[in-house]
Amino acid sequence: MSFLDEFQLHSWEEMGARVYSKTGTDVLHALNKRTRRDLDDFCALISPAAEAYLEEMAQLSYRLTRKRFGNTTQLYIPLYLSNECHNICTYCGFSVDNRLERLTLNREQLMQEVVEIKAQGFEHILLVTGEANRKVGVDYLEQVLDWIRPHFASVSMEVQALAQADYERLIRCGLSSVMIYQETYNSHNYKSYHPKGKKSNMAYRLEAPDRLGRAGIYRIGIAALLGLEDWRIDSAFVALHLAYLERRYWRTRYSISLPRLRPAAGYQAPNVTVSDRDFVQLICAYRIYNENVEISLSTRESPGLRDHLLKLGITTMSAGSRTDPGGYTLAKEALEQFEISDERSPAQVAAMIRSQGFDPVWKDWDRVLE
Amino acid sequence: MKQTETLRIGDREYWSRLFLGTGKFGSYPLMRQAVEASGTELVTVALRRVHLHEAQDDVIAHLQLPGVHLLPNTSGVRSAKEAVLAAQLARESLQTNWLKLEIHPDPRYLLPDPIETMLATEILAREGFFVMAYCNADPVLCKRLEEAGAAAVMPLGAPIGTNQGLQTKAMLEIIIEQSQVAVVVDAGIGAPSHAAEAMEMGADAVLVNTAIAVAGDPVAMAEAFRLAIRSGRMAYESRLGLVSKQADASSPLTAFLSN
Repeated sequence: MSFLDEFQLHSWEEMGARVYSKTGTDVLHALNKRTRRDLDDFCALISPAAEAYLEEMAQLSYRLTRKRFGNTTQLYIPLYLSNECHNICTYCGFSVDNRLERLTLNREQLMQEVVEIKAQGFEHILLVTGEANRKVGVDYLEQVLDWIRPHFASVSMEVQALAQADYERLIRCGLSSVMIYQETYNSHNYKSYHPKGKKSNMAYRLEAPDRLGRAGIYRIGIAALLGLEDWRIDSAFVALHLAYLERRYWRTRYSISLPRLRPAAGYQAPNVTVSDRDFVQLICAYRIYNENVEISLSTRESPGLRDHLLKLGITTMSAGSRTDPGGYTLAKEALEQFEISDERSPAQVAAMIRSQGFDPVWKDWDRVLE
Repeated sequence: MKQTETLRIGDREYWSRLFLGTGKFGSYPLMRQAVEASGTELVTVALRRVHLHEAQDDVIAHLQLPGVHLLPNTSGVRSAKEAVLAAQLARESLQTNWLKLEIHPDPRYLLPDPIETMLATEILAREGFFVMAYCNADPVLCKRLEEAGAAAVMPLGAPIGTNQGLQTKAMLEIIIEQSQVAVVVDAGIGAPSHAAEAMEMGADAVLVNTAIAVAGDPVAMAEAFRLAIRSGRMAYESRLGLVSKQADASSPLTAFLSN
């Protein structure tokens, strides 16, 4: 039994009908419910019918987030280890068909990055790679953990989907959490975005969170990439996936990310536009649906928008990010995965958080807890 | 004003029966002001928030107040083994053998694991820790923790952070009745009236965090809790009247005896 079994009980069309058939009455029911909200409530909250209730949703989302997470926002920073990749992903700068200088950090380059990141105050780090199993395989990742684990309170990874035994190996070396985004749950079109490489196997990716859960990871982050397919339907599948994982791997914490497609090498415009209004509706819907899930916001979004979103349900933010390997010390922008939008320094972002009456939390974990 | 009785836990004596959690505040200065306004003498701080491996830490610096003890907690650990390691590190870096033991493998409702909590209490008490054990409102478990050497039991009033009040009231009454160690009602206390209710029931202390940290005015709310807890305790010590459903004017069934 894995999520694949549950996924196959639903079709893209059925999920679409479930979202688009919702009325104002369904939205009010979801908003006013006193018991735990279910998938139909979530579908109502992301439906076009809920657009008229955006302010009510924002207020509820704000209150629920404060109650559970307090007046705090946790900060993290991504560290790109490599832009080597054997996949073709039509929206990604690292895609193998892009003529791009490729770099995988060696120990010396990596430790320079670590020193720079630590100087900015970060304790939570997200390691990112493309998918190149020989150069950037589990052996390399294990080596990297060995080098950097003592320097951080927690280490997360956003890398290729791995086997359960490989996840177990990395967890033993101090890996705390893994972000594994399905990109889209539309099985008709998944392959057209991922025509080549191991990532083109949709089922293997769909079952990755199951393998992580069985391996006993502390935290799993899931997401759909916003801009590929109808965001409402994809998000309904994320909500379905989340509910499945929470029931099954109850010791694991979950987080949701909201990556809106950004310009990248070889990629121009998204198929689907997710407006700022849609984006706010989605964040609030996730929060109202699940009071305990962490919601993470990256520097893909603009400074002005991020300042406003801070209060609406977000619990975790990156700051000062670079999306190229060696970006903090080598600074070769030509290597980047996508363009970031919020270019403020971590100190500036922390000051913005404080100015809104929130505490920027740099450390909320410790390696001793593992 | 009349003094209420002091509370003894382990080798310490407390005038204030309000213990404070320090998470969720909008800033450290605000947290510090709330601590001062609450009159508390015991604040708990999550090890995960502290820079344990460095000499100076900002959270700790803001909690260093005269007469306020620091109680490190193990929030984040999922097993007895992890809790014991965390406790040993806390003792080393914070120089205290007091510990709020919380083991919640469930990261959503943060409900304490009774089995792991029991195992860890046995080990830590043997190692000389004053263990204050966060647990479900289970009277038998509380007796077992007491036998294992816990310095205090901390049964929950409701799931943590929910502000739902004393949902476990019937069980708390039994725990308070039976306990030979201090009973601190922890989690779920969302309003000063909930805290007063716990004190009137005879709880030895309450621990509050979310209700103060996330209030519109955390400092004023901290003071409101201080007053409510004092009031509730004073009422308890003054012996509350029995609650009755009907007026009790005459004795229709036994009046004949005096005739």
